[in-house]
Amino acid sequence: MTQPTLALGPLLYNWSADRRRAFYCGIAEDSPFDVVYLGETVCGKREPLVADAMAEAAEVLSTAGKTVVLSTLALAVTESEVDALRGVAASAGEGFRVEANDAGALALLAGRPHRVGPYVNVYNEGTLTVLAERGAESVCLPWELSADSLARLAEAAGRLGMATEVQVFGRAPLAISARCYHARAHGLSKDGCRYVCGQDVEGMPVDTLDGAAFLRVNGTQTQADALTLLVREVPDLVAAGVTAFRLSPHDLDMGAAGRVYADLLAGRLDPVAAEDALFDLLDGRAAANGFYHGRDGAAWIAA
Amino acid sequence: MSRPIELVCPAGTPAALAAAVEAGADAVYFGFRDRTNARNFPGLNFSPKEAAEGVALCRRHGVRPMIAINTYPDAGDEALWQRAVDIAAEAGAHAVILCDMGLAAYAAKRHPDLRLHLSVQAAAANEHAIRFYRDAFGIRRVVLPRVLTVPQIAALTQAVPEVETEVFVFGGLCVMAEGRCSLSSYATGQSPNKDGVCSPASAVRYEQEGEVMVSRLAGYTINRFGPGEPAGYPTLCKGRFRAMNRDGHLFEDPTSLDASTLVPDFARAGVAALKIEGRQRGKAYVAQVVKSLKAAIAGTQAAAPAAFLEGGVATTGAYTRAWQ
Repeated sequence: MTQPTLALGPLLYNWSADRRRAFYCGIAEDSPFDVVYLGETVCGKREPLVADAMAEAAEVLSTAGKTVVLSTLALAVTESEVDALRGVAASAGEGFRVEANDAGALALLAGRPHRVGPYVNVYNEGTLTVLAERGAESVCLPWELSADSLARLAEAAGRLGMATEVQVFGRAPLAISARCYHARAHGLSKDGCRYVCGQDVEGMPVDTLDGAAFLRVNGTQTQADALTLLVREVPDLVAAGVTAFRLSPHDLDMGAAGRVYADLLAGRLDPVAAEDALFDLLDGRAAANGFYHGRDGAAWIAA
Repeated sequence: MSRPIELVCPAGTPAALAAAVEAGADAVYFGFRDRTNARNFPGLNFSPKEAAEGVALCRRHGVRPMIAINTYPDAGDEALWQRAVDIAAEAGAHAVILCDMGLAAYAAKRHPDLRLHLSVQAAAANEHAIRFYRDAFGIRRVVLPRVLTVPQIAALTQAVPEVETEVFVFGGLCVMAEGRCSLSSYATGQSPNKDGVCSPASAVRYEQEGEVMVSRLAGYTINRFGPGEPAGYPTLCKGRFRAMNRDGHLFEDPTSLDASTLVPDFARAGVAALKIEGRQRGKAYVAQVVKSLKAAIAGTQAAAPAAFLEGGVATTGAYTRAWQ
């Protein structure tokens, strides 16, 4: 069995251009990620403001030997969003690797090698077969899946010659909408949003009326407040045939988080020590692993 | 305009189906009594025998029966969904309404003459997405997600003319892109995509705290109602939450979709069919709403009955850009 690879998912939050430059320079210089996904997946309005910084990031990461993949928007509706989708898909013909996050991207990439992202509903072997037949080389499975589904799909993907990526670290995106809840909370419309989503580096906390932490709003996306953390589960996922593990960028030392997983995969760190190290990095953020264990996603099932 | 806009009506039970047929529905949609459809609620839906009878009743009255098999099959358990497609085909359904790619591939291969409609649960929101399902599975109609404005619907309908478009005109309103929402799954462990339920009744509790009625979903407070305030059902995305030190309906007010005033605009946009949500509603709802929407389509009545709206409040949702 070949050593699984480590991937850094696309940045979900609307960080400033400077913050992005610093972040991706750090990842290029000192992180164990083999693959880094770039590209805006949440809101097409953000992209023009950070396009230069992201182009530089792609350059710096490639030079550092990272495989750069461009992810497409999860929900492309307006003319400019669909244009953005076409633009990213066209880059697949120019030597870039592209990850499709909706059926529109799948149509534009059909017949060419491409990756399938976690926003495409892949729940079963039949769907994997459809995707493989149309040129998909790898699939990143949705957050919602349980251990049993992940194992079955990893096995089926292997038979179809596809790589399987599983997300092990990050706040799960739970929903996407045409409406921007960040703008709405600020009394603004989406068209006049003033990019208020940029004010929250890890999304806007949404509590219940009793003050319990519950969700995060990230523009048009709604996320879990608790960060999905799969660590003890990684050896089983490797045994099931999962070929890559994905971490989602948060405002913490992502290079260090990546190193914990690299050490775990290499057998230099046992799962309990790895989990402890990651909890230190989480610095008080809540953790969840309920989806994996077939429970409510917010649950934390202790060892 | 080649033919008048079709009204597609919900039937959660054989009685509701009969009511829809009697009220003048052009088409009726319903599902089986299991996880294969997105309204998998206790006491609802059809056995295979009831489905066959429903199809026959529709056929006798010139109504088109459509069977919704619109959840995502679990890995290793696809047979349940495939069998549902087989039963629908054998019963002679006019169309099956699907969202899963694997299941659509199965239906297209096993039943090449069966008409496939793409469920709203696939949330195909742009022309390329619709072309994907057309090219891969030969879908004939797409039920559009509730994320589009009327001009966007017109553009989509023109861009892929060989695929008909169907839009929701009345009933419950998902504010998130359908089939891409796991809020309920995160809170309760049960999801629209896998289980056919959202904010399931089994996870709902109402508790009186002094003057205040609290509604909870799987332990999460979804709303608090003061004296005299009607305590609505705790659908997660319609709850009150706290953000930036303010309490309010962060995602959406407890409101329903009523786009009956937009019927002429949908017709001009080239939409083939209008869909009424509400397989969980009784036959009185079905009969009333079908009648008034038939009148709206005929141009003899402008608005649907407010009595059937959640909280009595209506919105035209994403069809109007300002909502977004």
